[in-house]
Amino acid sequence: MKEQTPMGMNRTGMQMSPFDASAMTGAPASMTPATPGDDSALAQMRSTYIAESDPIGSVPIPGTVKGALTTGVSMLTGDQPQLLLDKLGERLAFERTGTRLYDALVTKFETMQDQSTSMTLADLQKIRQDEARHFAIVADAIETLGGDPTSQTPCADLVGVESMGLMQVVTDPRTTIAQSLHAVLVAEMTDNAGWELLIALAEDQNQNSLISDFTVALDEERAHLQQVNAWFQEATLGEVISNGAIVDDIGDANPSQLH
Amino acid sequence: MSLDLFSAKGCALEQQRFTWRDMVGKPISKLDDDAFTRVRIILMNGIELESLRFQHMAARMSRDLRLKLAQIRRTEQHQATMVNWLLGPDHSPLETTIAYEQVAIEVTAAVAQREPDPYFAQAYRFGLLEDFDHLYRYSALLDRLEGKDANNILQNYTDILPGRPTVDEHRHPQDDVRESYDRKTAAPLTKLHALMITAAEFQTHDYYMNVGPLFADPVARQLYAEIASIEEQHVTQYGSLISPDETVLEQWLMHEAVECYNYYSCVQQETNPRIKAIWERFLDYELGHFHTVAELFKQHEQRDPAELFPTALPEPVQFASQRDFVRQVLAQEVDMRALGTQFVNKSQESQASIDYRTHINSDGSPSESVAGGYVWNPGTELNRKVAVAV
Repeated sequence: MKEQTPMGMNRTGMQMSPFDASAMTGAPASMTPATPGDDSALAQMRSTYIAESDPIGSVPIPGTVKGALTTGVSMLTGDQPQLLLDKLGERLAFERTGTRLYDALVTKFETMQDQSTSMTLADLQKIRQDEARHFAIVADAIETLGGDPTSQTPCADLVGVESMGLMQVVTDPRTTIAQSLHAVLVAEMTDNAGWELLIALAEDQNQNSLISDFTVALDEERAHLQQVNAWFQEATLGEVISNGAIVDDIGDANPSQLH
Repeated sequence: MSLDLFSAKGCALEQQRFTWRDMVGKPISKLDDDAFTRVRIILMNGIELESLRFQHMAARMSRDLRLKLAQIRRTEQHQATMVNWLLGPDHSPLETTIAYEQVAIEVTAAVAQREPDPYFAQAYRFGLLEDFDHLYRYSALLDRLEGKDANNILQNYTDILPGRPTVDEHRHPQDDVRESYDRKTAAPLTKLHALMITAAEFQTHDYYMNVGPLFADPVARQLYAEIASIEEQHVTQYGSLISPDETVLEQWLMHEAVECYNYYSCVQQETNPRIKAIWERFLDYELGHFHTVAELFKQHEQRDPAELFPTALPEPVQFASQRDFVRQVLAQEVDMRALGTQFVNKSQESQASIDYRTHINSDGSPSESVAGGYVWNPGTELNRKVAVAV
């Protein structure tokens, strides 16, 4: 059975205040001159800062001799090992935050004893364990390349910023299972895109030893995404509508899905 | 080398001007800039906000000084903005909180070691161990809520260990008010220290009061409520070190001296050249303020401002890790408590504080809950190989 969002006294829209709404929109023209110009000035102000800003930061120089040798050699050949290290750092950060998101979702699920989906506590705990294991895979990969898995790379920093909204939704005691699953769905979609990119980068950098572990992780993330999407649809609509086919890249789409 | 307040002229007030573009510049890099650059930014913002706060209160108590106060306050406002806006938006509120506690720990520890009066040095060591515990609790929250490692902010300069447990820090107000220095006999450094640390704690208190309700997580909301309450206790403690017998102009002159002293310390030790240029500019501005207020002091009190500064200002504040000192204090003083104005053994605490603490903790303790079983590990708890086997 799906969750019900209650109807009630939501005061945010115009329709709730017929008299005041009419007064606001009916302000005489003499009171409503706009500030001169248009929104191009806003864009111009942003543009100035963009042109002059420094980068967020850098990928740390490897602290170990082995690390320096590994990245040093790759740099000589013109590859970009710092890109792989940056993206591995990003994945590491995201898997950590994802694990904490699932910690919060497990608590919510246990407390609410929610019956609106086919999701079980064991399902959630399994996904949580997978995320924690993915974290360990990435940490090991970074060490293999001579990097520092305790550092915060620029992309790791930025996914930290991106995922703040997800964390706020799931930890808010007022949000429903459906609302929390929506946030987790965003995380799972990002996970899928992230692992696909890492595999492509590893192939590009001839880091073949990493590819099989990463491929296992991607397969698990695909399963997570299907499950979470199904639960989200159950909680919201009362049924699953996408019959397990997630269009996660254009290559999977059939013509009727493209418009 | 120390700063001579009276020979350095500084910049005239009417030349202390800004544009918005000037005020809102490039932030520092959270990743690449040294943690002590961030410490200096937070400290100087705190000192500027203290100046603003004081100069508003002074205006309520002194009709004759109101216009001059408003003039100097305008520059302090824009300096505070320029300094505080150096922190980039990729610092989450909780990461900024970690940085604030690092400031409290490292600056208070540096001050405690330099403070000439043993009673005041004890007050700093007492508060230090409480802020040290706050860092540990907030680090646990950062790990368990956001999945982040507080050491990315601390850069290994500051330990993440339990201090005097936050749950035990709640005291009755009668045990937070301390003895104040004697305005006639206290060393200038004693007066500077009291203002600096009061400023830092006041800023920290206000920050927690502002960001606490922005968290959705009830554990975070309660933890900020609890620690903000301790910061109010700290502001009471440190603020009470300042003599209430000082005149408004004495206090104002001391505020300007604190700003000069701290900007000078920043100039001496700043490693980022772009930020160092800001410290140099603002040292000049504060010297200008100091001379303006020194003139007012002569005019209104018919006294020589050099009376308040009989010797050259002390050596700059040391912006460096105080790890060894903090660990030593932790080992020796973690069980100390307060009784009235004095510091005592745990067994001598007042019943008033015990009763107050028992009641306020009676629905549970957020600082105990958030950190249950928490031991800092590089790369977070999830990086412990044992934890991954869950």
